[in-house]
Amino acid sequence: MADHEVHPLFLPLVFVGGLIFGFGLGFSHMAQPEIVLHFLQFSDFGLLFVMFGAAVVTGIAFFGAPRVFGTAPLNGRAYARRLKTLDRNVIVGGGIFGVGWGLSGICPGAAYASLGIGNYAILWGIAGMFIGAYVQGYWRSSDLAAGTAPSGAD
Amino acid sequence: MLPLESLVFMLEALPAEPFPNGIEHYLVGGLLVGLGTVVIYLGTGIAAGASTFLESTLSYVSGQSRFQQYRPSRDWRVVFTLGIVAGAAVYALTFQSGVVSSSLHQPATTGQLRDVGGVTIWVTDVQPWRLALGGVLIGIGTRVGKGCTSGHGVCGVGSASSASFVGVATFLLVAIGVAQLVAAVGVSP
Repeated sequence: MADHEVHPLFLPLVFVGGLIFGFGLGFSHMAQPEIVLHFLQFSDFGLLFVMFGAAVVTGIAFFGAPRVFGTAPLNGRAYARRLKTLDRNVIVGGGIFGVGWGLSGICPGAAYASLGIGNYAILWGIAGMFIGAYVQGYWRSSDLAAGTAPSGAD
Repeated sequence: MLPLESLVFMLEALPAEPFPNGIEHYLVGGLLVGLGTVVIYLGTGIAAGASTFLESTLSYVSGQSRFQQYRPSRDWRVVFTLGIVAGAAVYALTFQSGVVSSSLHQPATTGQLRDVGGVTIWVTDVQPWRLALGGVLIGIGTRVGKGCTSGHGVCGVGSASSASFVGVATFLLVAIGVAQLVAAVGVSP
């Protein structure tokens, strides 16, 4: 069963959340690659207020909700923080992402928002992201298949 | 270049005015990005990142196991992304087009603003090859590295996750080095 099939308000709520998120990226100029490049080139440090402002707001919810409420109303999912395993992939992937971010000034969420403010040139970037995601998925799916093969072999 | 020399180089590059465009619109926008994330989290318990959409959407057209694992979430991730596009479009129709104004808002100082049938759109000056090549690396890196600026940078840092602190530190430092290098060799815009 797909995640959203548990409650009729699931998709509308996700859309509203995305709407606020995207409006924020537009208002903060993060949808403009130039502004992100200005940050990375140390001519305008405003991006710090965007990323940490957002992280503080989410942090309050991520630490507060599990204590105040038990589970989420729309799907009964337990509130939890976003914790991933720290391994070599985080550093290797983060490094590759960093090269791309530094070269272009774009990242996924800001790229979607950039399309929304009329920046049709961002389609180059979004197309590139799909190609990159496909390439790594192709490699890693093959690895998965190769990794499980020995157990099935004689 | 030695790490220490890099640091000196970076400090010398610091501007006299760290916030030439003010901070209000950055802070307001950041709080809204956080609020959007919180709305989804409080309703569903999901800490939504923007980059999983790339792989989950590929599951509609590819049977690869890496993409198919995201099948249960792929529909709402499309809706989340459409919401982001629509939210930014609302910004374009209001503040960017000058229909709504506020002292907290800052007009664009980069790129090109163009009038299209009464709506002001914004178009980047950054060259297509940089967007495309950067995009490919972002597509690979965010998926291998388990998150992007929203997944690690907002949700992960908000969760005080050590993996996300390491992820953010890695992509931030590498991106600063690359962006400075690109500018130093004269690639602009």
